[in-house]
Amino acid sequence: MAQAQPVRTTPQPDPGEAYLLPGETYTSISHTIGDVPLVALNKTPKGWFVGFTVSFILLMVFLVSVTWLFMKGVGIWGINIPVGWGMDIINFVWWIGIGHAGTLISAILLLLNQGWRNSINRFAEAMTLFAVACAGQYPILHLGRPWLFYWLFPYPNTLGMWPNFRSPLDWDVFAISTYASVSLVFWLVGLIPDFATLRDRSEHPLVKRIYGFVALGWRGSARHWHRYEMASLLLAGLSTPLVVSVHSIISLDFAVSQVPGWQVTVFPPYFVAGAVFAGFAMVLLLMIPVRHFYGFQSYITVRHLDVMAKVMLATGMIVVYGYFMEVWSSLYSGNIYEEYLLYNRLNGPSAIAYYGLLFCNAIAIQPLWFKRVRQNVPALMVISVIISIGMWLERYVIIVISLERDFLPSSWEKYMPTVWDWSLYLGTVGLFFTLIFVFIRVLPMINIFEMRMFQYQETVRLHLKAHPEHEESGHESLTSHSHGASAD
Amino acid sequence: MRNRLSGDVYGVMAEFQTPDALIAAAHKARLAGYSKMDAYSPFPIEEVIEEVAPGNTGVPILVLIMGLTGAATGFSLQFIGNILNWPMNIGGRPINISNWPAMVPITFEMGILFAAFTAAISMVILNGLPMPYHPVFNVPGFERASQDGFFLCIESTDPLFDRAQTSQFLRTLSPTQVSEVAH
Repeated sequence: MAQAQPVRTTPQPDPGEAYLLPGETYTSISHTIGDVPLVALNKTPKGWFVGFTVSFILLMVFLVSVTWLFMKGVGIWGINIPVGWGMDIINFVWWIGIGHAGTLISAILLLLNQGWRNSINRFAEAMTLFAVACAGQYPILHLGRPWLFYWLFPYPNTLGMWPNFRSPLDWDVFAISTYASVSLVFWLVGLIPDFATLRDRSEHPLVKRIYGFVALGWRGSARHWHRYEMASLLLAGLSTPLVVSVHSIISLDFAVSQVPGWQVTVFPPYFVAGAVFAGFAMVLLLMIPVRHFYGFQSYITVRHLDVMAKVMLATGMIVVYGYFMEVWSSLYSGNIYEEYLLYNRLNGPSAIAYYGLLFCNAIAIQPLWFKRVRQNVPALMVISVIISIGMWLERYVIIVISLERDFLPSSWEKYMPTVWDWSLYLGTVGLFFTLIFVFIRVLPMINIFEMRMFQYQETVRLHLKAHPEHEESGHESLTSHSHGASAD
Repeated sequence: MRNRLSGDVYGVMAEFQTPDALIAAAHKARLAGYSKMDAYSPFPIEEVIEEVAPGNTGVPILVLIMGLTGAATGFSLQFIGNILNWPMNIGGRPINISNWPAMVPITFEMGILFAAFTAAISMVILNGLPMPYHPVFNVPGFERASQDGFFLCIESTDPLFDRAQTSQFLRTLSPTQVSEVAH
């Protein structure tokens, strides 16, 4: 059924400026987004099968790598002494950083009342969950005896021992498990009304039953919405300091130690900004193909890509500031080990990683100052790939270059990742994309009810723009205007 | 008395095409003196919530209490474990309450964990969910309440409820249809 919008004759926004292209109605939004998970398997786009197959093969690479690791131990990796933290910790920090953009979009932008987030938050939150799932593999696999990982938790044991709560590594356990579970809860709460839409739109009785079960009997009651909105707001308010704390705590894994290049006070904000930077790059990397293949150009508009590129540029510049601060700390420290670190980064055996990092994260993002680049889809895609590589190199530089040449030249040792380091990394990429492909097949990848709400808010906003005389008395006059007779 | 005369319907439901029509209808129904009513819409509409479900949701206070409980749990866990029960000198760091800054991260995380789970769980439970069956699902076309339909239901528990008169009243609000809600 088409939506009648009787009195609202509104000017059409400029396509480059709109967050929702004209012509969409509550009905069309519910149908286009809601039907993606509901179509029969043989109507699923072919590309989905190709993507899923490739990801699934990589997931098998993950299983093989983990099996071999369990059989042989961490000696199959390139780690040595002094470089005890190699690709496992690099990838851990890289993945968890990627996850942070999802929480930023879903929580911080909600608190800031940025309606445009509504079309990307579901996908970004899913990305958060899956990235955290990948990140979580590494510290556990790196334990050496991963089957004893539960020793990290304070559980009643016969020795009467407790974990050392004063260690940043134990803060990590609490921060990451809290982050993963709170993100999951936030995501599931957001899904309840959409499950109701899927329940009401599905025709297959079994599918209807499954979505009906998880919708919990949601009926869109105003009383329920009231509590729901309150709970969402509180979850957003709680997730915002949480996401900042998580990457700050991860940075403390480094900053609390005395290794040259790690003991820097700028680390927490610098890590958080880097996380958002890498995360937005990954959001773009995922959203651009999805909007193309599923025809979501009217929900994820060029304007969305534009503002995401702006966030990337801003956080990227904060990261560049962090690089300058590192150089400054090193030169100003008056400590020969800290001073040598800068020399080692610029001239040492892994200098290429440092130059690559500067190119990817400082130079390659500069074109984003121009609107023409921000609104150019292929250019954004290329820049996002470069940023993802750059942020990986950043963690390589921080972890490996500092450890390769720490204090005693007699114990210096070069780090060289082995094939198993790379296969585990590829494997987690497979895990991530397998989960992403399953997600876009069975769940609505754009938040349907928030898109309907956004459509309504945009209608009201454009109406008030066209008829500013209604502004003062707000919505009351708008409704009485729309329906002729005065409500009172 | 009226309630018994009104028979065994749950209420009377009117359907509207637009959110603005629902806002206006809820407003008029409240002015007409109805208090036991609920609106059903595919997304939250602030003005409708103000008309039919004003007041406190009860969620924030629970979240505050449980958040503080979580933080207290986190702090006492560390205090009992590392200071009272098994003090250990690790790297020469103090083993008494003066070491409290090192306990901040876990205290904070536990507070957030408890508060966030309370927000989600209390929302679901106070809303009376999960509730697979509800009388309003009997209304023809109600599946659109999760897509593009806007509904207002005046419930039979309302003191002013009368099957005929209330239906008549709802018809004056220019709905697309009015139907009785069977139990």
